[in-house]
Amino acid sequence: MADKLISKIPDGPLAEKWTKRKSELHLVSPNNKRKLEIIVVGTGLGGASAAASLGELGYNVKIFCISDTPRRAHSIAAQGGINAAKNYQNDNDSIYRLFYDTIKGGDYRSREANVYRLAEVSASIIDQCVAQGVPFAREYGGYLANRSFGGVQVSRTFYARGQTGQQLLLGAYASLNKEIAAGTVKAYPRHEMLDLVIIDGQAKGIIARNLVTGQLERFGAHAVVIATGGYGNTYFLSTNAMNSNGSAAVQCFKKGAYFANPCFAQIHPTCIPVHGDQQCKLTLMSESLRNDGRIWVPKKKEDVEKLRKHEIKASQIPEEDRDYYLERRYPAFGNLVPRDVASRAAKERCDAGFGVNETGKAVFLDFSDAINRLGHQRVAERYGNLFDMYEKITASSPWKEPMMIYPAIHYTMGGIWVDYDLQTTIPGLYAIGEANFSDHGGNRLGASALMQGLADGYFILPVTINDYLSKKFAEPKTDINAKEFVMAEKAVQARIDRLFSINGTEPVDAIHKALGQIMWEYVGMARDEKGLKTAITEIRALKEKFYKNVKVPGTQYEFNQELEKALRLEDFFEIGELMARDALNRSESCGGHFRVESQTEEGEAKRDDANFMYVAAWEYKGEGQEPELHKEKLNYEFIEVKTRNYKD
Amino acid sequence: MEFNLKIWRQKNAKAKGHFETYHISGIEEDASFLEMLDILNEQLIREGNDPVAVERGCQSSGPVSFDHDCREGICGACSLYIDGRAHGPDDHVTTCQLFMRHFKDGATITVEPFRSAAFPVIKDLVVDRSAFDKILQAGGFISVRTGAAQDANNILIPHDRAEESMDAAACVGCGACVATCKNGSAMLFVAARVSSLALLPQGRPEAKRRAKAMVAKMDELGFGNCTNTRACEMECPKGISVAHIARLNREFLKAKFSD
Repeated sequence: MADKLISKIPDGPLAEKWTKRKSELHLVSPNNKRKLEIIVVGTGLGGASAAASLGELGYNVKIFCISDTPRRAHSIAAQGGINAAKNYQNDNDSIYRLFYDTIKGGDYRSREANVYRLAEVSASIIDQCVAQGVPFAREYGGYLANRSFGGVQVSRTFYARGQTGQQLLLGAYASLNKEIAAGTVKAYPRHEMLDLVIIDGQAKGIIARNLVTGQLERFGAHAVVIATGGYGNTYFLSTNAMNSNGSAAVQCFKKGAYFANPCFAQIHPTCIPVHGDQQCKLTLMSESLRNDGRIWVPKKKEDVEKLRKHEIKASQIPEEDRDYYLERRYPAFGNLVPRDVASRAAKERCDAGFGVNETGKAVFLDFSDAINRLGHQRVAERYGNLFDMYEKITASSPWKEPMMIYPAIHYTMGGIWVDYDLQTTIPGLYAIGEANFSDHGGNRLGASALMQGLADGYFILPVTINDYLSKKFAEPKTDINAKEFVMAEKAVQARIDRLFSINGTEPVDAIHKALGQIMWEYVGMARDEKGLKTAITEIRALKEKFYKNVKVPGTQYEFNQELEKALRLEDFFEIGELMARDALNRSESCGGHFRVESQTEEGEAKRDDANFMYVAAWEYKGEGQEPELHKEKLNYEFIEVKTRNYKD
Repeated sequence: MEFNLKIWRQKNAKAKGHFETYHISGIEEDASFLEMLDILNEQLIREGNDPVAVERGCQSSGPVSFDHDCREGICGACSLYIDGRAHGPDDHVTTCQLFMRHFKDGATITVEPFRSAAFPVIKDLVVDRSAFDKILQAGGFISVRTGAAQDANNILIPHDRAEESMDAAACVGCGACVATCKNGSAMLFVAARVSSLALLPQGRPEAKRRAKAMVAKMDELGFGNCTNTRACEMECPKGISVAHIARLNREFLKAKFSD
């Protein structure tokens, strides 16, 4: 079989690749665009910006989301900011530096050309968002303000208080509304994609369930764009929204799209610790807090004991008895090391017995220095809403006592494999934003997810997709009564019927929680061969239990949240196993993926460039069959590959 | 902690609704209100309560449907009218950020959907708020095409003005203002968008058209009039001020006078 992993990276100097590719791509004339239909699944930053931009170009766009309105997509919850190489601070930032930081932050497992392009279009994103009326933070003179984020030494992050994702999404959603009003985009809220339809090897449509009526509906198009985010909820407890899921990606995987680097999941260092087993969701505290907050645990075990028994408060521990372990271990970056490094360091201290809450799984994030240095008002301007949010949840005030934080699953760098044009291994199927794999390698830097979602949606996909569609305008509208649609719908119906027929006693969430425990235990912050093999066995056993014991109450033809969850959990089993399998194969430590077998004497992650400098792209081989691994070799032509060093 | 929950149950938009009462115990103080509902649903499923079985005499309509998503107070999906207040007894939070420590142990808690003529019930506590999308589609945007923007720092916006715009832009579109208003008015929601954009230079060219079109759409969709009771401001989870309604009125009048 011919190799499908053709990355289509243009030749030539790094800085000219995107320009070159753009000049090669075919165009579609305005009169022909009117004949073409595009399906976009997902309404987050990627989906909304893509649909709006494609609508402006004159295509007929259908956009789908599972929530009641496009504005609820989980991009909305991003707090801290969005990166752009504007160099407004005159701190010697540049496209090259943003590119370099992103490649290095990703631990040299992303494509040079893709990342450079991301940095190149980043500045236009800020321009676009300001023009849409996004109220970014401003200095007193009226100019845009910036702040700093982990893994970098410049201030290039633009922000709107602690609600940057919300404001960017409302900007993209407004543009989407403009196109819905103009009639170029039709929105289908409360619709969930349940299968991808392929005709003659090309993506031609989807089967979706109307979540209000329960009816299965068929939608045809000339191309399909997946913008459904990541699969972090495989772990049950994560910072993702409750309804975020990896199902659309799994359906594409099962229809032949390769799935790349599934084991690269980001564990965010600053989340509110787990409080008990009734919890269903973890809350992130923005990374921007690490600009001014200092992370520490006590130096003395007796202080730890007293803290756990509530005999003393953190503020009573004197300065000399505090271990600011990030500042100690990584003097050059201090509290602003990348997320994977900060997470592992927290785990290391807690595993050594220095965790500061009853469960032993928390460290302090302290603002007392910042409050003394900057004063109450300036700290409140920067972080007031985050402090309020923390106090609402924990009933403890960060103004008086340090926050308690612990790492949690936050983002997935892995995703559907795409080429330079963001096309998957299935012609006519594209994947953008968190749903694809291309830009963040083994670890994503803070404030880069928003950047990537909008780069893909506003500036990359609307350019590259024309090339494919330029060969399609003579084709008639896709016939949704074609046998491929009928078969796909039947298969979905069979899945639903099977779930109702089980009629067991166990609620879906209870089984999902059990999956989450397996994942966190064996495919979490530290992974080893034995544990990963155990994970695969246990996931399979749990899946069997699911098909014997699950209870899905109600019927298909009504608003039925239990059915929605059951269908998503089926796909989480698939991803969970794939993650474990990929983690087992990648016996190096890299970015967010830490293999216990591969570490330095100081306990730092040890990469193995000789054997693993590739993208692991998995091909589905059928139910119960092992997926096949394909490798896309990563070439670094323009930068020197180094060991990541945040110490000096 | 333990509670008696009196919850509104309604099979679909056309069916007649009713209250059902459930007892729940073993709830942690740090659990959120929605986690408590998750626990209730698990309990109902384990007890074999299934809406399909209701016709056969089962005493409960199965798990309770309610909208929710981010559980961080930002997506605006969660709603719920709890003991007579939108988003419950705590101030400036959405229901997902409401914690059980705000309730008395043993209390009876009444849970209803957001009620408004413009928000028909879909099922149980889930309502259809798509009218909000329609209002925004009438004009809640700036007509800039992708790629048409100038450099971001060419548009200077004084700090305080940007902050005021941000105050209004913080609206999460949950609908608490409508559910709370005795007239079922959407004025605070409309004002938040109109005001946020009117404060920015980029928003001025379309300001007149925007104010008129959004108000007209709001009226057409069956939302009530504003009689300045300020109940919306009190219950807004983001604390959006009625001062933005004053700005909407000014924008609207300016637009009308220039007709």
